[in-house]
Amino acid sequence: MGNAVAIIGSGQTKHGRRNDVTYPDLVREAVQAALENTGLTMDDVDGVVYGSMPSMMEGVAMTHFYFADALRTVGKPMMKTETCGTTGMSLAHTGYYWIASGLADVVMVVGSEKMYEGDSQATMSTVMEPYYLRSFLAGAPGIFAMQVHEWTARYNIPSEKARDAAAKISVDHHMDALDNPHAHIKVKLTMDDVRNSRVITYPFRLWDICPNSDGACAIILASAKKAKKMCKKPAWIKGIGFCGDEYWYGDSDKVSWKCAMEAVKQAYDMAGIKNPRKELDVAEVYNPFTFVELLHYECFGFCDPGEACDLALKGVFSRGGELPCDPSGGTLCTNPIGATALIRVAEAAMQVSGLAGDHQIPGANMAFAHGLGGLSEFNGIMILGSKL
Amino acid sequence: MTKNYGTLKHTVWLPYNFAVGPVFLRFYEGLKEGKILGNQCLKCKKTLVPARTFCPSCNVDMGDWREVSQEGNIVSWIVANEPFLGMPIDPPFIAALIRLDGTDCSFLHLVGGFDTDTLNKKIKKGTRVRAHWRTEKKGHLMDIQYFKPK
Repeated sequence: MGNAVAIIGSGQTKHGRRNDVTYPDLVREAVQAALENTGLTMDDVDGVVYGSMPSMMEGVAMTHFYFADALRTVGKPMMKTETCGTTGMSLAHTGYYWIASGLADVVMVVGSEKMYEGDSQATMSTVMEPYYLRSFLAGAPGIFAMQVHEWTARYNIPSEKARDAAAKISVDHHMDALDNPHAHIKVKLTMDDVRNSRVITYPFRLWDICPNSDGACAIILASAKKAKKMCKKPAWIKGIGFCGDEYWYGDSDKVSWKCAMEAVKQAYDMAGIKNPRKELDVAEVYNPFTFVELLHYECFGFCDPGEACDLALKGVFSRGGELPCDPSGGTLCTNPIGATALIRVAEAAMQVSGLAGDHQIPGANMAFAHGLGGLSEFNGIMILGSKL
Repeated sequence: MTKNYGTLKHTVWLPYNFAVGPVFLRFYEGLKEGKILGNQCLKCKKTLVPARTFCPSCNVDMGDWREVSQEGNIVSWIVANEPFLGMPIDPPFIAALIRLDGTDCSFLHLVGGFDTDTLNKKIKKGTRVRAHWRTEKKGHLMDIQYFKPK
């Protein structure tokens, strides 16, 4: 086991369509916000970790070079980590490993994306090779919609019930986003608004799907010694997990979803969590698609397999429920991809530090953050606690 | 109201020539002959389609080539309703994971050739489908026009 590591603060940009700034200025906005949030200067920071989606998203290759000044990494060691949608979680893990190893005391971790400048879905399609999969899984929704029909068929979930549970998730999260000053999409929806919105990739309709966003997030991690000195309410990293599936979509079961179940097992074992629904106070599930959030609840042991729709409709995972999920509005309302999973980590840390403002879950002591990526092949987890 | 400072238009155009390799070459040649070719892992004996150079589970070279069945069951399905880069035909279309008889993974392709008004009845887990080929074959994935429900 490595040394103890805490998150001592974070910063987020205003997320949305950010044509008002160039990309390095957007990154700088998050870096400045994290420094202001912690009261640190770059003299306190030993190294920087940065990541985003593939360079095709930005039209500039090797953006960590382009952003060197904005990241304030000149004259310091820096690392780049990139794992598709899971990038933000892998970034947080990279920072964790750096400090847990004892080789650094304070590390700044930054993720960003500017999705309105290029063609985000075309970039996503290039994640698949052109020999076979690219033809049939073009764009992100196809991959995950396929997984959803596999899931509903496995447990004989009536399509109307899955539809209603997913609609409730959309309504709740869009309502939650109204309380999050950083959220991108701010709109009040009814169940019928979701159910009647345009089909993108069936069963996904417009309001089941996350937006494109421009945005960046920075967090600052510290060793126990530094965290106690630099921060009144550190969020301690209690457990992490990461797992991948094989490349070829169709080779493995995406309902009894190995990479999700194995990643979460690693994190629960490390954090000593036996009954996640009881022991976790809040979860920031990476939820680009409403239906897949439900499947994740099952894979993460928040409920039994096949049970998520019923419990979601009862409000178990809503604010005020037994395990509130995505009180920030989640990926569904804000999705600058390279930053998205890092935002989950930042939000979970804010919850256990009691600093989540209007979307604070009262008394949250144990929080769960998640990242999802690839052709559903990567899942990464970080669990944060208020106590060392 | 945020001031509009404008955008700088710029296009990156990068053509690629991907090496096909012996295994995809043979798979594509099979399509030209109206055959769907898979191969079997020497260790776990799983038959995978499209054929692979090595078994993803066992990391050993794949062994025997075999023509697999042109019929199978739908495992899962979607309706693509919006266009994305690289789509083989214009949407709307149905794509499905199909477990071809005698194979040990699911094969991705299109489902079509039926009255889409009957979609809800016809397309579900377990629906039997059979490959429907184009008359002119080019050694391409789309030599199979779609899989047709029986």
